[in-house]
Amino acid sequence: MATTKADAGPKPGVVAALVDAQRRGEVTATALVERSIAAARATQTLNAWTHLAADKALARAADIDRRRSRGEKLGPLAGVPVGVKDQIVTRGIPTTAGSRILEGWVPPYDATVIRRLEAADAIVLGKLNQDELAMGSSSESSAVGPVRNPWDPARVPGGSSGGSAAAVAAGVCPVSLGTDTGGSIRQPASFCGLVGLKPTYGRVSRHGAVAFASSLDQIGPLGRTVADVAAVFEVIAGHDPQDATSLTAPVPAMDDLGEAVAGLRVGVPGEYFASGLDPFVRAAVDGAIALLGANGAEVVPVELPHTRYAVATYYLVATAEASSNLSRLDGVRYGHRTVSSVKDIGELYARSRAEGFGPEVKRRILLGTFALSHGYYDAYYKKAQQVRTLIRRDFEQAFERCDVIVGPTSPVTAFGLGERLGDPLQMYLMDIYTIPSSLAGNTSVSVPCGFDPEGMPIGLQIIGPPLGEGRILRVAGQLERLLPADERKPRVYAEGC
Amino acid sequence: MDIEKVAKLARIELTDAEKERFSAELDAILAYVEELAAVDTEGVEPTTHVLPLALAMRADEVGEKLDRAEVLAAAPAHDGHAFIVPKVL
Repeated sequence: MATTKADAGPKPGVVAALVDAQRRGEVTATALVERSIAAARATQTLNAWTHLAADKALARAADIDRRRSRGEKLGPLAGVPVGVKDQIVTRGIPTTAGSRILEGWVPPYDATVIRRLEAADAIVLGKLNQDELAMGSSSESSAVGPVRNPWDPARVPGGSSGGSAAAVAAGVCPVSLGTDTGGSIRQPASFCGLVGLKPTYGRVSRHGAVAFASSLDQIGPLGRTVADVAAVFEVIAGHDPQDATSLTAPVPAMDDLGEAVAGLRVGVPGEYFASGLDPFVRAAVDGAIALLGANGAEVVPVELPHTRYAVATYYLVATAEASSNLSRLDGVRYGHRTVSSVKDIGELYARSRAEGFGPEVKRRILLGTFALSHGYYDAYYKKAQQVRTLIRRDFEQAFERCDVIVGPTSPVTAFGLGERLGDPLQMYLMDIYTIPSSLAGNTSVSVPCGFDPEGMPIGLQIIGPPLGEGRILRVAGQLERLLPADERKPRVYAEGC
Repeated sequence: MDIEKVAKLARIELTDAEKERFSAELDAILAYVEELAAVDTEGVEPTTHVLPLALAMRADEVGEKLDRAEVLAAAPAHDGHAFIVPKVL
């Protein structure tokens, strides 16, 4: 069946609908924020929020309504409530990154992405719960307790941006920001039935994102539709002089999301369909690929032979960088300081950090410190950086033969709370499909492609070459429209925004 | 792994129970990452950065500054001008 631009555009976005409704005078920004706050409170069993900035959000909404009534021109996200992962620094709003070590910190500045959202007249609704310092795949390592999945509160929402996914899936706000180092936007999007975009490394400024692994970290949007994610991406992307690694390439307008996939070469890596892949995930992903093929895309097999080394590579590179980055959390200038008596500043550091960090963060700092230590650097860190080069080359070669690469986002659907906490290595291996494109600096998006028999969402990952956000969102938008409509709602759901 | 030495380098105090637990877990993780030894990386450049980047230059001008009172308000201990820490020397 052939599709045309007219009949196969992406689903209409929630963000655009909210902006239009305000423009037509059907609703005010104040009413939207009130709805979101009520929905956040009605779904608080999810533990998705670390801080709801209700008063600040209402004040901003009142200001936007006032400016609208005066006839001022407003930004593209005017009056839209946005949730922000607690990993992202917000001036005047507590920022803990899910860690006791930042307990009570009220930052004196805003991250660049927050400035850009506010310049577009979006409204920061509050801060979203997450794995401690973005380390985890289940949002269970937060200092304030685990986040629950709105589709089944006995299960995890994925991680580390679990609150960012849960709040949007539960209907509280239409979009949120997460951060992704090895899959922390894409995997929770997959587990919660959302669209989640990891932009190309350097596409979005990292200024004001609490640093985890600086060569991998990226901020990106989660939403219920491709159009919503594209709308936020357009606002937050682009060069920032305050992040020396941010790219200077112009950000194209995301206005061709409806273009057909006919003629597009879709690469399918055999390595992403190996043992360990849940059969229901496999069936849903195979079905989505077949649908792209039936609509004119050319499906080609590709090889990513170093995939099996990606997790080991990632856990050396990311922990090494983390051990260095997190040395700033020392109890001197902000955050937690021990109240016990210490004999010198060395003991103050070591005890404040012992009290402030949870076990997953300690484990990773220790691993990274070891990998960088004298006598082991070449065998671990340098070796991992060399294998990283081979993983990048895999993608470069694959992209000579295809335009996008598709596969599952995660080998499984959302699992039970506590089910996988016993063995850290098994938890790390869950990120096998999201880690390689992070190591290569590519852009990737997870888009819903079905449900397992227990009603848990399944995500398809679309990987593009650097700066390929427009291309992967176009494929995601097509798929969104081609897949059979499924209007089911999560069990924990409130009519917010 | 010499867990006590690594913990000292990382500036994290560990309890005896933590030392035991992390030693076992980290040994298992290190055994897993050993698989990288099997990859032939002879002559392969390490990736320090995924994209080609030139160092950015900017004009030597004072930009936006953080507000001192706001910064100090977040500190565990300060005297209105500086952060206070225990004796260093």
